[in-house]
Amino acid sequence: MNAAATSARKATNGAKHAGGVVFINARLIDPSSGRDEPGGLLVVDGKIADLGPHLRRNAPEGAEVIDCKGHVLAPGIIDAQVFTGEPGFEHRETLKTASHAAAAGGVTTMVVMPETNPVIDQVALVDFIQRRARDNAIVNVHTMAAMTKGLKGEEITEIGLLKRAGAIAFSNGKSSVVNTRVMRNVLLYGKDFGALVSHHTEDAYLSQTASMNSGEVAARLGLPGVPKAAETIVLERDVRLVEMTGGRYHAATISCAESLEVIRQAKARKLPVTCGVSINHLTLNENDIGPYRTFFKVRPPLRSDEDRAAMIRGVASGEIDVIVSSHDPQDADDKRRPFAEATDGAVGLETLLPAALRLYHSGELTLLTIFKALTLNPAKLLGLPGGRLIKGAVADLILVDLDTPWVLNKDELRSRSKNSPFDESKLQGRVLRTLVAGSTVYQYAGAERT
Amino acid sequence: MANAVAKVEALHFPHRHLLTVEGLGAQEINFLLDLADQAADANRLPGKKRDILRGRTLINLFFEASTRTQSSFELAAKRLGADVMNMNVSTSSVQKGETLIDTAMTLNAMRPDIIVVRHHAAGAVELLSQKIDCSVINAGDGAHQHPTQALLDALTIRRVKGRIAGLTVAICGDILHSRVARSNIIVLNTLGARVRIAAPSTLLPARPERLGAEVFTDMWKCLDGVDVVMMLRLQRERMEGSFVPSTREYFHFFGLDQEKLARAKPDAIVMHPGPMNRGVEIASTVADHSRSVIRDQVEMGVAVRMAVLEALARNLPKR
Repeated sequence: MNAAATSARKATNGAKHAGGVVFINARLIDPSSGRDEPGGLLVVDGKIADLGPHLRRNAPEGAEVIDCKGHVLAPGIIDAQVFTGEPGFEHRETLKTASHAAAAGGVTTMVVMPETNPVIDQVALVDFIQRRARDNAIVNVHTMAAMTKGLKGEEITEIGLLKRAGAIAFSNGKSSVVNTRVMRNVLLYGKDFGALVSHHTEDAYLSQTASMNSGEVAARLGLPGVPKAAETIVLERDVRLVEMTGGRYHAATISCAESLEVIRQAKARKLPVTCGVSINHLTLNENDIGPYRTFFKVRPPLRSDEDRAAMIRGVASGEIDVIVSSHDPQDADDKRRPFAEATDGAVGLETLLPAALRLYHSGELTLLTIFKALTLNPAKLLGLPGGRLIKGAVADLILVDLDTPWVLNKDELRSRSKNSPFDESKLQGRVLRTLVAGSTVYQYAGAERT
Repeated sequence: MANAVAKVEALHFPHRHLLTVEGLGAQEINFLLDLADQAADANRLPGKKRDILRGRTLINLFFEASTRTQSSFELAAKRLGADVMNMNVSTSSVQKGETLIDTAMTLNAMRPDIIVVRHHAAGAVELLSQKIDCSVINAGDGAHQHPTQALLDALTIRRVKGRIAGLTVAICGDILHSRVARSNIIVLNTLGARVRIAAPSTLLPARPERLGAEVFTDMWKCLDGVDVVMMLRLQRERMEGSFVPSTREYFHFFGLDQEKLARAKPDAIVMHPGPMNRGVEIASTVADHSRSVIRDQVEMGVAVRMAVLEALARNLPKR
């Protein structure tokens, strides 16, 4: 199951201390207990053996000591939506390169999407991803499987056998299932196996040929727009289907205030509905597209700043459960085109946390809220053990400097593709060290790499 | 055979048609089963032929292909001395655009005594029965009813187990589209059995518990301690992604194999209305196992149809 455990061990950096490793002088952040206090944390055999204020200065005997210098020690990020190019588009990204980007971004578990070539719609392909991840990735990797064969939206996949093989949830990639009966059957059939259905909500016809949010900016730029209703129509339909079937439903990435309202009502009715938002929709808006900058072309499209503010309120209130990077590597040639013809997608694994910290520095979200949406909530959603700083939990940890400002140079990204909307942006705060099962898989060098 | 001695008031089947098992009382059903029991014994003797239906005409009107039900009715009617005509949709004027009612009126003019009808649309047989003068037997209408199947299943169980009351029967598979399941649930409940059903949610109707059965989506749990396992046929067009993703997955979770059957009582019997999809809803090792009574069902089919024909013939107008 834990595909990266072996590789994490392989990537370990130092000599083994019998007494484990103790992180002293840290600011412990744990969204599961609400803990935000100075203290220390002891890792033995890949697990959190002890933590608390009593370890702030006192290292147990025999343990390797790491001084955190007051920086934040938090659970590793669980990113519930990562596109890679493996198999089929390895020139964009492999599980290996994505995992290195993840480690650098503090992501200790990434959930990869089935939208590959071939599509991950069979047991043997789930197995393929798991074996490739085990052999090549340095962070934990889980895969979603396709909910319809070939992502065509016509025939349901072997949800029972795929789940048994380790598929963590079911997705239709970047397309919505048009056929309402098929979507009903996915939810109905999936319910028998307790499957989580994570759906991209965008009406296929309303979004056809469109390339950005419908509105004033699109009108001015002369670009065909996607109305927000394209998202809410599918979302509202899906909520009705959840009501009818009782299936577990997750709206993968919502992007506008109207969708948030649909989610709020569904939750008020105690339906098994959750939702996510991409970091792009929390920190960017349609105006960033400026003079046709294709790195800002994503799906769903960047919306107005009012919608962005609504997304932040949704995270703050807990109505939006998880924040994802929606990491979507695209090669330069596919982006170096007229806006309407350029592909969608932005890389995000390495900028997910620094971008999220913008909301902390601006006072819009608390640190605990941000970490909850990045760690604990995705863990609960996906049924994973991580996302918690508690005794006995697996030591997937990140050490974070919240404050140091820096400027992103896309050429320094570890991702094989460099399509970052944050290129040349000022960011504040970065990951200093990432541990998977107690082993360090990333350490910030402190200097520019060559 | 204590059951054969039925009470006086039950020696009677006061119906013109057999369209549904809904509304039949336990005594009426037992009356038919007792008659069928005698027929089953008689069918094993060399002198099978009787003359209860001598001079009567029976038409088999099948709008949907069938091998065993049609031949079973034909044989039953012939053993009782009736003249039998088989009409298949492929050779009938329905192909030329005639409506169901026109077909019924045409056949009615030929003055048959009993018409046996199978149709792909639920309710079609009842509609037809309103338009003609003779007795009508429903040999299956859509996903609605298949009365003689439920009766032959009940007879099979009663002969093997000695009783029906108190038994637990699991009906597994495509409940949504199954007239066999709907008919059996009613008959078994009427006779005092406890019925469970198991299917993926995509093959269950809405509010399945209202059918009178305990509902499971986990077949292993459904089979725990049951006396009878009744499998249903999964139509080929429903196998590949529309209702279930694949035959492989269906067999894994809902196909009856030795492992799942081990959950049932050691003396549990296995039934299937046929025709079987081996390796889809049932493993060959189970279908051909000594606990399988699938071939007995076919034998009881003829006997039950003879009983139904005999009971209805008693109510036909005398000449």
